[in-house]
Amino acid sequence: MTTRTLQFKIYRYDPDKDQKPYMQDISVEVDSTDRKLLDALVKLKAVDDAISFRRSCREGVCGSDALNINGKNGLACLTDLNTFPEGKPIVLRPLPGLPVIRDLIVDMTQFFKQYHSIKPYLINNDPPPERERLQSPEDREELNGLYECILCACCSTACPSFWWNPDKFVGPAGLLAAYRFIADTRDQATSERLDNLEDPYRLFRCHTIMNCVDVCPKGLNPTLAIGKIKAMMVKRAI
Amino acid sequence: MDRIVVGAHYGLKDWLTQRITGIVMALYTLFMAAALLAGVNGQEGWRALMSHGFVRFFTFLFIISLCWHAWIGVRDIWMDYVKPAGIRLTLHSLTAIALIGYAGWAIQVIWRL
Repeated sequence: MTTRTLQFKIYRYDPDKDQKPYMQDISVEVDSTDRKLLDALVKLKAVDDAISFRRSCREGVCGSDALNINGKNGLACLTDLNTFPEGKPIVLRPLPGLPVIRDLIVDMTQFFKQYHSIKPYLINNDPPPERERLQSPEDREELNGLYECILCACCSTACPSFWWNPDKFVGPAGLLAAYRFIADTRDQATSERLDNLEDPYRLFRCHTIMNCVDVCPKGLNPTLAIGKIKAMMVKRAI
Repeated sequence: MDRIVVGAHYGLKDWLTQRITGIVMALYTLFMAAALLAGVNGQEGWRALMSHGFVRFFTFLFIISLCWHAWIGVRDIWMDYVKPAGIRLTLHSLTAIALIGYAGWAIQVIWRL
């Protein structure tokens, strides 16, 4: 089995011990069966067991291992080790814009607060039918590219508008989720949802920078969803 | 008390206005580029161009669009970066006052030609 050595520069910060964060140079041996960045991170734990990061499903579904990888947000479990240039250290930092709890682990409270603020559940006051609420295939089609979000926070923490106003701007992930319910024909709270977003901060801090589209590990397009919310507001207003 | 209050129920009109004024400015820029290519120059040339009613109308629209567009854009910058409400309100007011003054002054200059 062929092995190779990977160089890393990793952001380290333990608030109990460190005065301030620092970058640690560390290398690890990986073999040919280690394909993703997460595999290398797990091996790094054997070199320095104090390195902290979140991980769970290791297949891009749970959204726990979002990191800033060589300056760009992404999931460690979906990042192919072969995509890194040879001979250069891989720089790993926590997601930008959120408070660091330790090393690569950030406090996601603000992110989830924004997600909860858009009421991410179906609102329908009619008594539920015996089997299920039906949709036409065309109506269901509109939800594609929306429901797949895994809430990893790669997009929101890559968004300058979210960096400056994380307490007021819903952020790309929250707005994508908002449109997922606005677009759902089974939902009855469309107008209330638009009212909830019609605010210079909550929605209109989006200046179409499109970092969210650039980094989304699931290939989703929050900018498009935000554009559709704005278009619905215009239609409602005129 | 430090509660975060959002839900000001505006923003759509500003967003839409910025787009529409942007289109007006883009069209005016094309018009001016065409005038330059057509060889308008010198004070007499510009005076002749500005004497047309249509050009005055379009120039007026352009100046209003520019100031309105700039108002929304600059206000957005203050909203992003200036957090204390007092300083922000002062900057908003100064921006609005300056832009209204500029608009009036620019229109007066053009219409005097």
